Amino acid sequence: MSNSKDIKIVDAPPGVEGSGFFATKLDTVVGMARANSLWPLPFATSCCGIEFMATMASHYDVARFGSERMSFSPRQADMLLVMGTIAKKMAPILRQVYEQMAEPRWVIAVGACASSGGVFDTYSVLQGIDKVIPVDVYVPGCPPRPEQILDGIMTLQDIVRTESVRRRSSPEYQELMASYNIT
Amino acid sequence: MALETSVIEEKLTGKFGDKVTGFIQLNDIFSFEVESGAMAQVMGYLKEDPILRFNFLTDVCGIHYPDNDTDRQFAVAYHMHNWYDNVRIRFKCFLNGENPEIETATNHFLSANWQERETYDFYGIIFKGHPQLKRILNMDEMVSFPMRKEFPLEDGGRTDKDDRFFGRKPDNVNNN
Repeated sequence: MSNSKDIKIVDAPPGVEGSGFFATKLDTVVGMARANSLWPLPFATSCCGIEFMATMASHYDVARFGSERMSFSPRQADMLLVMGTIAKKMAPILRQVYEQMAEPRWVIAVGACASSGGVFDTYSVLQGIDKVIPVDVYVPGCPPRPEQILDGIMTLQDIVRTESVRRRSSPEYQELMASYNIT
Repeated sequence: MALETSVIEEKLTGKFGDKVTGFIQLNDIFSFEVESGAMAQVMGYLKEDPILRFNFLTDVCGIHYPDNDTDRQFAVAYHMHNWYDNVRIRFKCFLNGENPEIETATNHFLSANWQERETYDFYGIIFKGHPQLKRILNMDEMVSFPMRKEFPLEDGGRTDKDDRFFGRKPDNVNNN
């Protein structure tokens, strides 16, 4: 029999609690909700993708972090995970996938190739996906172990949890998008 | 009876004379050189002749010899296979370094289509009469022909590698 006391739930954000009410900032509630239900879009092109499959599967179980729902449509995804070498010919497709995602959207570059081109310092390979889309978290490794990918996801959860709900309309964010030519 | 290499040599020299030269058995493959202008004729003959019967084009690829004379700076290598006798041959056509042009093989073998596009993509060799000579593997915006020796292998946009820490010099620096 399962014991309901073993089930962990997310702690309530800091706030004022009294009999029959709880007051807190909207930012923290929205952040908490977003951080614990990130819908990943796996964009896997090579060996890092295999590591991510292990991360998704029962042994490492990314579902424990609220990411059990893999989205293979960019329109219903929050977190783009780019895993593997991105050839220059692939770059416009990656960019289009990112553009199709609705705000708020975050990007994790998993592995050396997605982060910097890795060992493929060559004419045909994009030298890091941050040349075409903005990246929130970089996971090093060639390929990274599933623990490292989970650590990357947890780092992103911290970013999401503390992000202002107004960040996406801030001038800094507009400027960042403009620097990538994304409208 | 298997097809002997001496028979191939005799038939080709008999038909094409000095346009076909340099017959040599290299390891396990019989090789020769064909004058680039006669390539399509020679290939058609190799394919259609009832004794030679080289019915399969295994490979088309380019080679760059930057140190050769201008007339021989590029080569296109063709590999053909006779399925009936299980005999393979290879021949090269040398091309001019400034204006590498050769006739297409797609009139004899449709499989040459993509292989010639690839050769064009990496070496800039023009296949005259090819139905759709455009890049196939590299991105369309690319301006270089990356397998030519004058183009650097490494990407110029690399920002995370400081060459001083890797014990090497940047692209195109004379190492002497």
